[in-house]
Amino acid sequence: MDPLLVFPDPPPPELAQSLDLAGMAWKGVANAVVAEQHEEDHVWAGGVVVADQDPDGAFALLRALRKRNQPLEAVLLLVNGGQLGQLELRNDLFDDFCLTPFQPRELEARLTHLFFKRGHGTRDELIEHGDLVLNIETYQAAIGTKPLDLTYMEYELLKFLASRPGKVFTRETLLSRVWGYDYYGGARTVDVHVRRLRAKLGEEHAGLIQTVRSVGYSFGQSRWSI
Amino acid sequence: MEPQQSYVLRTVEERGVRLIRLWFTDVLGQLKSLAISPAELETAFEEGVQFDGSAIDGFSRVQEGDVLAVPDAASFELLPWADAEEPTGRIFCDIQNLDGTPFEGDPRQVLRRNLEAARAKGFTFFTAPEVEFFYFESADDPTPLDQAGYFDLTTLDVSSDLRRRTLHMLESMGIPVEYSFHEDSPGQHEIDLRYTETLDMADNIMTMRLVVRKIALDSGIHATFMPKPLDDAQGSGMHTHMSLFEGDENAFHDGDDPLGLSTTARQFMAGVLLHAPEFTAVTNQLVNSYKRMLSGYESPVYVSWASNNRSALVRVPIHKRGKPTSARLEYRALDSAANPYLAYSVILAAGLRGIEESYELPAEAQDNMWTLDRSAARSAGLERLPQNLHEALDRMEESELVREALGEHIFEWFLRNKRAEWADYQRYVTPYELDRYLRVW
Repeated sequence: MDPLLVFPDPPPPELAQSLDLAGMAWKGVANAVVAEQHEEDHVWAGGVVVADQDPDGAFALLRALRKRNQPLEAVLLLVNGGQLGQLELRNDLFDDFCLTPFQPRELEARLTHLFFKRGHGTRDELIEHGDLVLNIETYQAAIGTKPLDLTYMEYELLKFLASRPGKVFTRETLLSRVWGYDYYGGARTVDVHVRRLRAKLGEEHAGLIQTVRSVGYSFGQSRWSI
Repeated sequence: MEPQQSYVLRTVEERGVRLIRLWFTDVLGQLKSLAISPAELETAFEEGVQFDGSAIDGFSRVQEGDVLAVPDAASFELLPWADAEEPTGRIFCDIQNLDGTPFEGDPRQVLRRNLEAARAKGFTFFTAPEVEFFYFESADDPTPLDQAGYFDLTTLDVSSDLRRRTLHMLESMGIPVEYSFHEDSPGQHEIDLRYTETLDMADNIMTMRLVVRKIALDSGIHATFMPKPLDDAQGSGMHTHMSLFEGDENAFHDGDDPLGLSTTARQFMAGVLLHAPEFTAVTNQLVNSYKRMLSGYESPVYVSWASNNRSALVRVPIHKRGKPTSARLEYRALDSAANPYLAYSVILAAGLRGIEESYELPAEAQDNMWTLDRSAARSAGLERLPQNLHEALDRMEESELVREALGEHIFEWFLRNKRAEWADYQRYVTPYELDRYLRVW
């Protein structure tokens, strides 16, 4: 994943910690020049700019980044309650804002939402295979336009297999990766769920999940849809 | 909140679900439903939905009426027959007392408790039932829908079309079907469900009964799971294949045994056989159930076991060589009107008792027991299963095993309710009696 641009450098420790816990890569930048230098290695996935310590530096950075040919997108601005008046006439500089002191979960949710609106986020949202589509964001699956009603475990199993097409997994691997180690009941559970998934996929698509004799299962091209 | 629950809430939101049906089962095995709006679902997961259980058969006594229905997120499904404009979900519930402890009158909790006892010994209990039922012109007119027989494939057969639609609907609800075919009697059909863990299976059986009846009803036809609807045709059984797994190993399998059966399997079977007469009232709970269990109608009569002899109470199906996972036992007395939660509870408890106390398995039955007369059966040492509900209840009442498996609450209620059913039946003068006695005496 590309990193987030974070201002100031170093950022407040609670921000650094929250981003780390959310599993988001980030890099601190002190000004627009440093931000440009970093862009030789990567593009920015978005930005988190804290304005309550150094408002002038923050707004100057944002204005510089917005004026470029490729403006920085998905910018979250952190301001304190007293600064709300300063947002007037600056609405073009950020995509969303969050009040300090912030709630780590709110910060994460707002960033995730910004990425989602941009259409390409911190991870792939769609897994597509033929006319089978899984939407990771909404937990929905469909064949063409017809929604597929799956239970949680069926969905998780299909997601695991469909995001690794062609790979063969043993029942034990599927059990530990999809169900987790604390699940009671042996690998037969996997067989039961594969059969249920095939039932729901319907005759035409049941072959998407293939049995690899005396090994396990793999996800691949349906034998019926050529 | 558990991920399973958030997933359900998410699905409800994404699919625009308008109604959630909370399903549970009364002691007699009838499906009950309570509808809530999707907005209530999150609270229902956290706190349960309070309702007055005293009106439900076998639930609370009046003075302690209120119980909680707590939805089991893993069982959420959208109902495929719901109006597309108004998507409806269903979810099975566990019933709890107001203090959050399992409610002892809830058959699903009873099965959970018995499965837990198996789990404590390291076992997972898998079951696969063969469910038989009839299609009739209507509930008032028991004329079979067709005159076909075993495995018949007929053209323009209304019932095979019904069966096909039923299969599709079951599969779309995640209930895989192994086989389905025309059974022996006119209008009689069978659907074999593919094995799964037993709590899911009991839920599946409840769903399947509804789906079968619902699809028939849409065509103005009546489907029934009544055990013996016709005088001169065989009745509807629910033969169930069973196995215990220890992790990934089938605990019933032993490659060195001529029948492929382990000691565990033999002890389990010995337990089931020894206690079968005691739990027959549960596996065959109607007055009518016992009219199916007569010689000549392909239903077991004697307590016995055999490999591939269909007249035995427990059959050891020959499994494919080199396929240890399919070593299993088939219990053949169960009928289609049983409460699956309670029936599987008592069978499992009996089998586990056999393992615990290392029961000795009696010798395999050699003959076709349907052709045995009374004295031949006696000299072969074969015990008869109870011949009517009254006898079955007498046997059950003395059974410490059944009392323990069902729990005090259901045990007592069941006996009271069924004694009343028998008394009600007894005072009934049947057409048979009028035909035979009115003129002559």
